[in-house]
Amino acid sequence: MITTLEELEEIANKKQCENNECREELRVCIGSSCLSLGAKEIEKDLKKSVKDRGIEHRCRVKGVGCNGLCAAGVLVSHYDNESGEEVLYEKITEEDTDKLAKAVESQKPLEEHRSDMSRGFFAKQKKIVLENAGYIDPDDIEDYIAHGGYRALFTTLNDATPMEVISQIKQSGLRGRGGGGYPTGLKWETVAKVDAEKKYIVCNGDEGDPGAFMDRAIMEADPHRVIEGMALAGYACGAAKGYIYVRAEYPTAVEKLNKAIKQANRLGILGNKIADSGFDFELEVRLGGGAFVCGEATALVTSIEGNRGNPRQKPPHLSDHGLWGEPTVLNNVETFANIVPILNNGAQWYRGFGTEKSPGTKVFALTGHIENTGLVEVPMGMKLSELIYDIGGGVSEGRNLKAIQTGGPSGGCIPADMLDLEVDYDSLKKVGSMMGSGGVIVTDDSSNMVEVARFFMEFCKSESCGKCVPCRVGTTEMTDILDKFINKEATKEDFELLKEMCEVVKESSLCGLGQTAPNPVLSTIKYFEEEYIKGIKDD
Amino acid sequence: MIKQKVRVKTFQINGIDVTGRSDSTILEVAKEHDIHIPTLCYLEGLSCVGACRICLVEIKGSNKLIPACTGKIKEGMEVFTDTDRLHKHRKMILSMIFAERTHTCSVCVSNGHCELQDMSVELGMEHSQVPYLTNRFDIDASHERFVNDPNRCILCTRCVRVCDEVEGAHAWDLVDRGLDTRVIHDMDDPWVESESCTSCGKCVQVCPTGALSEKGVSATEMVKKKSLIVNLLEMRNRER
Ligand SMILES: Cc1cc2nc3c(=O)[nH]c(=O)nc-3n(C[C@H](O)[C@H](O)[C@H](O)COP(=O)(O)O)c2cc1C
Ligand code: SF4
Ligand code: SF4
Ligand code: FES
Repeated sequence: MITTLEELEEIANKKQCENNECREELRVCIGSSCLSLGAKEIEKDLKKSVKDRGIEHRCRVKGVGCNGLCAAGVLVSHYDNESGEEVLYEKITEEDTDKLAKAVESQKPLEEHRSDMSRGFFAKQKKIVLENAGYIDPDDIEDYIAHGGYRALFTTLNDATPMEVISQIKQSGLRGRGGGGYPTGLKWETVAKVDAEKKYIVCNGDEGDPGAFMDRAIMEADPHRVIEGMALAGYACGAAKGYIYVRAEYPTAVEKLNKAIKQANRLGILGNKIADSGFDFELEVRLGGGAFVCGEATALVTSIEGNRGNPRQKPPHLSDHGLWGEPTVLNNVETFANIVPILNNGAQWYRGFGTEKSPGTKVFALTGHIENTGLVEVPMGMKLSELIYDIGGGVSEGRNLKAIQTGGPSGGCIPADMLDLEVDYDSLKKVGSMMGSGGVIVTDDSSNMVEVARFFMEFCKSESCGKCVPCRVGTTEMTDILDKFINKEATKEDFELLKEMCEVVKESSLCGLGQTAPNPVLSTIKYFEEEYIKGIKDD
Repeated sequence: MIKQKVRVKTFQINGIDVTGRSDSTILEVAKEHDIHIPTLCYLEGLSCVGACRICLVEIKGSNKLIPACTGKIKEGMEVFTDTDRLHKHRKMILSMIFAERTHTCSVCVSNGHCELQDMSVELGMEHSQVPYLTNRFDIDASHERFVNDPNRCILCTRCVRVCDEVEGAHAWDLVDRGLDTRVIHDMDDPWVESESCTSCGKCVQVCPTGALSEKGVSATEMVKKKSLIVNLLEMRNRER
């Protein structure tokens, strides 16, 4: 049990010494994508090879979270603790492990697998949320503490009032990363000001957007950062209990979080009277059944309560009537992951990244026809062209860019001629798309935009909870009409009906799923109308 | 006196000044002032779920449409219940309800006494604006007195709510998602096998369409007693 900052520092120092005993480290990415490529076996083989070569006192092998370049997995980084030099190896398979150990032994890099770390993919990123990802061992709380973990919580509990925490978060301008971009400080303040016996902090790790995997990466690579952020929210808002809602399809994230909570409990970092203050905080992981709609805030709390995860009409908002009817703060995983760096470095520091209205960074998942599929963290306000070309490496197979889809099923398509757009919440909204959770899907000139729209509409149709009429029936009707366009059997009346239904479903649906379901259609009509016209048969 | 003042809010509906208790919904205050707002999933005496979206109204200064049945009143708000925009939305939504399942009125037990039918008359809708869908469901006629025909169900969940909130049995619930959503008994058991159903028949009386009906009635004969719930609740209150 640790109760003081000094004791925390002691753990940190001890672990740092331990880390420094080995001058070098081989860090194997054990994020989900690399795991599926055999990262666990590679880690095991590397450990064996290193031992066989008798260099285990010099070089430690450890598993770390995702560093982002999933397309080039399995990734192994060779890190020198003294010089801080790093060599990254990509596309490592089980056959390469002994060669790699040999390279470490002989100090001659394995050139054929060496990744060019000066290129845009690495150089143009700014890692705040993911600063530990790929460096620390997510299974080891001491490694987190050695990298500065839980200092924010301990110093805050010792020196700051809840209102001071909220004021920092407000000044930082942090906006919710779950899609809507609602100011986090304001959300916390609302709950902090409510007078209630019980309050709850809930972390939304449902991540149901097709193509999104940033929250998974955060939970897998740095679970303690999410936990620390939630505990700070608990202190700021006066809540003693929190839930992390994770979809059951993320077993690794669930495992890491549960392990992390256990470790934190054991050290007294969670539990009663944390840091010898009057603050108690308890955390629990809850599994979601994998319905996209359960990521919607009101549905999520209903689901935690053990009921069918249907959304309900707002107001009342969760800040007023949340989990079990009590005031509740619900934030996204990435939102919570931003709290610790803000409190450690200050709101002004944070505002130094990103734009005036959207400070900080955003983690994006690049997928589709793009060279470097994977996870990237960049300052808000980065130009789309930089994101797609400098970082993403451009369209795959040398084809031409047609459109960029952001925001998943709630978002829209941005045509290639708008590459100068600076990406933040407001700019994306202005062009008819959305930030959403940060999925970026690149489509090349071989794609049919009506089919892209249909893909998302079909997704909404199968994920609609069925509670309200416009979404339940409208998404099916619109999928059918889009089929007519794809089969070139549509009529002019179908086109009018489609537009009219978009309007009605958007404006009259009960929750965000229905309200945003027409967006992919509306934005493709706006920028690629000729493709719809082509789907209308001649009369 | 001062207390009373605090508990009342004044605002406008369609330009008419109205007052209501501060915890009222827009729909409740509208009713008190004889201003008609069309509703389907709403039933006096039951909780409000905002599912059918027929009761949407406009609020001045906001682009959002709010269901009158769940929307709480606010001091000074200006509500509009009868605009062209609302007409358009309601007609489209009603079209969707008709298109979703099979509402062939001529052979329905509720023909002539159906709230859905009444709504199409009220909104002046002669035919659905959207293509008919083809989802079909099995009829459950296992119960000795009642029949459940999901093909005529509009998923208003009145049956679910009345059973839970008034009868206290919670025999009904929803299963599946989206277009496949159905109301079921217990673990999707045939009605006759439901252990929690008390056979009180309240669900049948509140069902707005011919989805739930009494056995043995022929087309057009099923007349329902909607006021049953309000009367029952009033009696209970009086007993207390
Ligand atoms: C259909 C639907 C699905 C959603 N899924 C998620 C999700 O998977 N993760 C998430 O953080 N927010 C999701 N949201 C947004 C949440 O409702 C909520 O706004 C968000 O979690 C609030 O956190 P933030 O303020 O930190 O962004 C979803 C919203 C809708 C309407
Ligand atoms: S909009 Fe769709 S998902 Fe949301 S409540 Fe209505 S039917 Fe359910
Ligand atoms: S069976 Fe009747 S009362 Fe129940 S949900 Fe369907 S239409 Fe409504
Ligand atoms: S009556 Fe209000 S939504 Fe159905």
